[in-house]
Order: sequence, then C-alpha cells, then structure tokens
Amino acid sequence: MELTLWTYEGPPHVGAIRIAASMRDVHLVLHAPQGDTYADLLFTMIERDGKRPPVTYTTFQARDLGASTAEKFLNTLQSAYEHHKPGLILVADSCTAELLQDQPGTLAETAGLPVPVVALEMAAYSRKENWGASETFFHLVRAVLAGQRNSVAQNPVEGSAARRPTVNLLGPSKLGFRCRDDVVEISRLLQSVGIGVNVVAPLDAGIADIMRIPEADANVCLYPEVALETCAWLERNFGQPTIRTVPLGFGATQDFLAELAGVLKIDISADAVADCRLPWYSRSVDSTYLTGKRVFVFGDGTHALTCARVAQQEMGFEVVGLGTYSREMARDVRAAARELGLEALITDDHMVVEEAVSELRPELVLGTQMERHIAKRLGIGCAVISTPAHVQDYPARFSPQMGVEGANVLFDTWVHPLIMGLEEHLLHMFRDDFEFNDHAAPSHLGHGEGTLMEVEDNVIAMPRIRWEDGAEKELKKIPFFVRGKARRNTERYAEERGLTAIDIETLYEAKAHFSR
Amino acid sequence: MTVEVIAASTGTPERFQPLQERGQRAVFCGLTSIIWLHRKIQDAFFLVVGSRTCAHLIQSAAGVMIFAEPRFGTAVLGDRDLAGMADCNDELDRVVAQVLERRPELKSIFLVGSCPSEVIKLDLDNAAGRLSRAYDGQVRFVAYSGSGIETTFTQGEDNCLASLAAGLPVTTATDERLLVVGTIPDIVEDQFRRLFTQLGIGDVDFFPGSQSTDLPAVGANTRLLLAQPFLGETLRALESRGATLISAPFPMGAEGSDGWFRAAADAFGIDSQTQTTALRAPRQRAEAALSKYREELTGKSFTMLPDSQLEIPLARFLSRECGMTPREVGTPFFDARVMAAEVPLLPEGVDWVEGQDLDPALDRVRSVRPDLTVCGLGIANPLEAEGLRTKWSIELLFTPIQGFEQAGDLAELFARPLRREQALKVGSWS
Repeated sequence: MELTLWTYEGPPHVGAIRIAASMRDVHLVLHAPQGDTYADLLFTMIERDGKRPPVTYTTFQARDLGASTAEKFLNTLQSAYEHHKPGLILVADSCTAELLQDQPGTLAETAGLPVPVVALEMAAYSRKENWGASETFFHLVRAVLAGQRNSVAQNPVEGSAARRPTVNLLGPSKLGFRCRDDVVEISRLLQSVGIGVNVVAPLDAGIADIMRIPEADANVCLYPEVALETCAWLERNFGQPTIRTVPLGFGATQDFLAELAGVLKIDISADAVADCRLPWYSRSVDSTYLTGKRVFVFGDGTHALTCARVAQQEMGFEVVGLGTYSREMARDVRAAARELGLEALITDDHMVVEEAVSELRPELVLGTQMERHIAKRLGIGCAVISTPAHVQDYPARFSPQMGVEGANVLFDTWVHPLIMGLEEHLLHMFRDDFEFNDHAAPSHLGHGEGTLMEVEDNVIAMPRIRWEDGAEKELKKIPFFVRGKARRNTERYAEERGLTAIDIETLYEAKAHFSR
Repeated sequence: MTVEVIAASTGTPERFQPLQERGQRAVFCGLTSIIWLHRKIQDAFFLVVGSRTCAHLIQSAAGVMIFAEPRFGTAVLGDRDLAGMADCNDELDRVVAQVLERRPELKSIFLVGSCPSEVIKLDLDNAAGRLSRAYDGQVRFVAYSGSGIETTFTQGEDNCLASLAAGLPVTTATDERLLVVGTIPDIVEDQFRRLFTQLGIGDVDFFPGSQSTDLPAVGANTRLLLAQPFLGETLRALESRGATLISAPFPMGAEGSDGWFRAAADAFGIDSQTQTTALRAPRQRAEAALSKYREELTGKSFTMLPDSQLEIPLARFLSRECGMTPREVGTPFFDARVMAAEVPLLPEGVDWVEGQDLDPALDRVRSVRPDLTVCGLGIANPLEAEGLRTKWSIELLFTPIQGFEQAGDLAELFARPLRREQALKVGSWS
C-alpha cells in the first residue's frame, strides 16, 4: 500500500481510453464498476471534447459479482457493438475487474463480432496511465498490421531519393500536452522541407490510416511515453527507422531536421528554422536579465528533458532542479540531470516535489498543474510545460510547444511570469516612488501572480532569529522582489553559524556568501 | 448494502411509476461524497483503501487541484498486497501512522472501502476496531464503504453517516430533541438554527457537525428531520437506535423549506400562528427572489439524468415554483419512505426512470430535446455540442441550495445556462 494524496497519472485504463478517444472508428468496452465512468469528464471537461469518449463501461454492481459479471461483459460488448458499429473494438479490465478474472479478451473471442477485437492487459496494480496508453497503441497497431508483416520486408527508405519522402507522426493523443497544435506545427515544418506526413496516429487516425503506417519512410516518435514501444516494433517488423529527437526547442528542432536528413538521405536547408524568433529574442539586450535565473523543471519525461535543454541553452537560465514522474523515462532524465551537475528527482509524490522546490528556491518553476500550485503557494513564478494540466492549458489559440512556432511560444510563456528586464531596472530606480512601491505589481501581472509577492515568512519553518533595527532598515533598501530571498538567505546564514541576532554585518556577510 | 429497489417491495406510489432501467450507468461512486464530507467534518481524514483509480476519481471529480494538503487520500493497493506478499492489515497500520505523523491534530479517520477492497474482502470494520484500540481512543476509526459496486455518488454520504450513527452516544432522556440529518454548509446550518429558535424548537442537533468528536446522543426522544434525500440507510440506522422520522418534503425552494420547517414544528407541537409568524418573512424573501426567475424559467422543459437522488425534490421545485415542465426525470434509486412527503407534490405526466441505461437515455434526450438537461460532467459538453442546454448536476451538491435564503440561488443555477444562450451571439446552439 502506498499513501497517495494526489497523483500525476491516472490508472492504465485511462491511458487506453485516451487512445480510443484520440481515434476514429475505435470503441473501448471496459469491464469496470460504476464510478469508473468519471474518466469521461477528463475528456469532456478538461479537453472540452464535444463528444463522450468512445467507451462503454459494464458498470457491474455487487449483486452481479460471481458468475454473472462475465455475462454482463458479453451483453455490454454486444450492445456496444450494435449501438456504435465501430471498425475495431478494444476490450480491457479496470482495476476492480482485473481482480474478478473474467478475462474479457477470451470472452470477446466467443462473441463472434464481425470486427477485430483487441484485448488489453492493463496491469492496474503496478502500472499507470502513460504506460496504458503506450500499451494500447502498440497492441492496436500490431493487431491491425499483423497480416501485413511479411508483405513489406525491405527497408522503405531505399529508393526514397527518387520521390518525396514521407514520415508518420506517432504519439499525439487526447489529454496530451498541446498535441493538436504540435501536429499542425510539425506537419508545416516537414512540408516546408519537402517531407510529407503519411499518417498521424493515434490522434484523429482511423483503422485505414493505421494500415497505411508501413508506407512511410520513417516514424517520428513525437511523444515517447505513448509511441516508443510502437516505433520500436515497427522498426523491427517493417524496417522503418525511428526519428528519436523530439523537436521541442530551437536546438532540438534543428537536431530533429538533421536526424531526418540523415535517415532519409536528403538535404535540408538551415533556412527551415530561420524564421524562429527565439534566438534573437534571447540574444537581445532586454533578455540579459534572464541570465542565470534559477529554474526548476518537472514534468513527464518528454517535456522535462526537452524543456531543461531549452531553459539552459536557449534562455540562459540555470537549471537547479530536474525531475519527472515518468518512471519509464527515468534513465534518460537521470542522464540529463547528471550533465547539468544535478541529481534527478524521480517521484510521483507531489509532496516530495514541493519539498525540493521550497528548498531550492528557484526563481521560475516549469512544471505541471501541480507545480503551478506549489509555485503559487511559495510565491514563485511558474509556466506549465506538461500534463497533468488544467482546462486553461488547453487554450483556444494556436499554441504549440514544438517546432519553430513552439520555440516562440516557449520564450513568451516562460518570460511572462518573470519581471521584464527594463521593468526590473525601473522598479529599482523608483522603488520609493509613492505609486511605484513595494506593493505595486508589474503592469503585466495581476495581483498575486508572479515573483513579486514577498513570500510569507511562515511558508518555510525557519526558527525566528532576531533582526536588529539597523539590519532591518538596511534590508528595506534592497529591492522588494529580491528582499524575501535576501531575508531567507541571511537567516539561513545566521542559523548555520549559530547566531541569535542579525546586524548589518551579518546581512552583508550573507550576501557575499551567497553571491554567485 | 446493495442497490435493490426498495420501492418495489414497499409499494410504489400511484403518482410515481418509474421505468426500471438496467444497463450502463454514468454516475460517480460513493467515494465522491468525500469531497463535501471532508469540508464539513473538519477534524477528520478520509482514507480510501483502494486503487490508483480511486485516487484519480476523487481528484478529477473535485475538478480542482488541491491548494493545501487535503484531508483525504488513498492507500493504493499494489501487486504485493494482492499477491499476499504484504499483509494488508500491517500495510494499513503503516499508512495510518504515516497520515497521523503528517496530521497529528486529527481526531477521526474514516477507513473508506472501495471496489477493489470489497472484492478482495478486506475487513475494514475489523481494522477500524483494531486501530481504535491501538490509538487508545485518541483517534477514532470508522469504516464504511464508498465503493462503486455498492454505492452511487451520494450514497457514500449515506453509508458514512450510517456508520457514524451506530457509534453515537445513547440517551435515555425523555425531552424530545430534533436531529437534522445530512451534510449542509455551515452558513445554511446557522440559518436553520436561527429559524428553529424562532419557532421555539431550542433543542436541535445537526448531524454531521463540524467536529467529529461532537456527536449528538440518540434515543427514543430523538426526532429525525432529513436535510438531504439520499439518507435511507442512515435513517434506518438511527431508527434502530430508537429515533423516529418526521416525514417532510425537502428544504428546497420556498414551498419545500416551508413544508420542512412546518413538519418539524408540528411534530414539536408548535401552534400554527407561531409557525406563520416565524416563517412569514423568510418565505416572502424566498418568493421575492424566485419571482425574478419565474419569467425566465416558466414553460421551459427539462430532463434530469439519474445522479444524486436530489432529482425528485428538484423536479418538484422546478415544476411547482419555477413553472418548468419536467419531461423525463431519472433517479439512481428511489426510497419510498424517504420520499413519502414529496410524492403527493410531484407533477403529473412525467416519465420517471429508476436506474440507468446510458445510450437509450441519451437517445431519448436527443429526441425530446428539452430546453435544459440536468446531467453529469461527462455528458454535459457532448449534449451542448449537439445544441442542447445543460446544467451540471454536481454543482447541486457543492453549492448551498437548501433553505429559504438559497431558493433564489437554486433557481439561478438552472436559469444561467438559459440566459447564456440568450446572451451569446457566437453561433447558434441549435
């Protein structure tokens, strides 16, 4: 048993629903008690889907336990088929049904439905949502392509020079982070360098699209959490190479194109990314103030890895913490953290993340909706980079994270919670002005948002150390947006040295000690 | 407790002849009740013994992220627990210790059974007894089931209160005391207290209260007044302790609130003149508030999908006080005794449904096309996308809707989607 107050990922069958809901013509029959139907609202409320996800739940009750739950499953399967007439049916257990061992896969075989039925094993007591999505996508693709495996034996890349090469974009799904917009942006980018998009899956794909997957020259593994296993299988069985660079960030987008050029044996001009504004915005003088801003990065594996690189190399921040809740990608995240001289935080306990953030005191947090709450509580600016996300992170406007426009979006989104350069300067200059005082927030931030609120002293359990009048007055002269940090650092410095009171000397000794 | 149809065995009233439906349900399980129960009972922690699904359900149904460390959590069962490699009782003790280490101020811990814990027959009653002894009365442990195989949504509160009812102190006093049963927001509780005092009923307890240690005594002198309609099991548990029910309509709307207070006052022998004097002003306020909505709502048709058991009193309120026309009203479960005072007030010509079969029910909504459909969060946007206006039913549990002072707010919940349709000029809903 593990005490869980909140969870980054749902159970694996929610991953299965994400795949079914992403696709056309696929229906999931889920052996599950009533209550598990809550999963519908993830799609209809968070992603504002205009239709229910294509799931029929058996909603068995206590009185059905025993022999009749299996019968209930068969009846539900039959009526779901008749009502929805899908081209393919997925069947799975939720956590409770797994204990009943009705084996819906075996039962479904006896139903004699005229469409393919793919049985899923969801391992509810050891796995989680992203694993469930990956497993479902893999089994679905394998089932649809099983008959084709021997017919396409040669490497499709051979001879691609003669015609326009194409790739599949694999992994975008419902309830992923900005998948809809990433697909548009990456398709546009590929188009601009003469590469066609053969199939996008699972998002908006039908069974016929899945059948065309082997026609492409390579598979772009856009979201490894969902698509890596499928890409590896396609590589083994159809000789399709996998493009592994996730094109999130300016540098990664360049690397992505370079990888494509190498694999597809074509030339791709550097002009493809020339329109990206991030490099110039980052080099322009106003951005000087971004230098060395301490940033904490946490999210799913894909976004944590890519965003850490953007933060360090493209924004000029200092990444002071890096972690993920995706255990499947822990190895990669650990390696990336080591390169930054850090130890990765691999956890699905948000309290551990909160502890890390409050200890590190970053100036910006890049995380999930949970880190947004943590950051808000601690008075730190935050931008959301990963699921789980709030309805407001499924914006109406075009807002990709990947490719050229994605890099532009990242620059804007991450700079927003910080104080702008020139404004920071002015705030310092006019800090005693009657309107421009400690309680005035910068013009672009609403009350209570961003980094300006001095953190309440009780947020961290720091034993009170007496501030002498002179030191307290001196502290007031420090710009208010760094005053909280100065106060905490000085107290920490004093505490570590066993001091009971802080005078002006202590204040400046601490400043020297912590200066970087 | 199973979701058997009590109405069938006790005789269904003439006016309420529901279609019994069996099929796919689209309702929350009883664990969802924890969202409002933990706000009400402020010194308690709700520990679900279940799966990752349970944890994900509660955080998703609440529709919010937590702003502070919550007073609910899930002891998530893992492969080791199921394979018998770990002793579930030892594991539970460890998790409970962890909770108490974080929150030493807790006075009660509810051990909440879930679908998986019920299926593996984990005996939480036994565990609650063991833990109560281990913590030597410092922390009280109470077990109940909120599992989806046994409870639908609000029945989680019913099971919680029924478990608590068994442990209420005994009284042999003979002076009659009023016990108001069901979770209501503090502000409504305070309004009710003031009105009971004005009516001359001074001895009133509310159950549950905000402190789990502050428990009302129950005995033959206890008169029960239900503030929520989903409390059949709690009612039976309290009756087995000697308490007696005051049959009343539920305090929704001016008429419902008036009937509710008058039923209590009658039971306590308060004369009709005193009742009228005490209730006149709040009733007038409620009616004045409602009159503002009548023009918007009169003649509008509605369908309610089964959800919380609030459907019957709400359908009565919407038809009698707001002039709306009910088309189909579904309820997950009908308890004839709890609803006895509501049934005579129900409108004629309504298609009543007990139970649920989702796809046919949605097809009926599509063919009837009511002006407003009251339904769960999973269904609302899909119906809106088909050009139908909806009201999320879960808000009826999270918002103060009971009593005279909330009658206008209750009407507003139904009027707002209709007003929004009038206000928006960005393409048509239908």
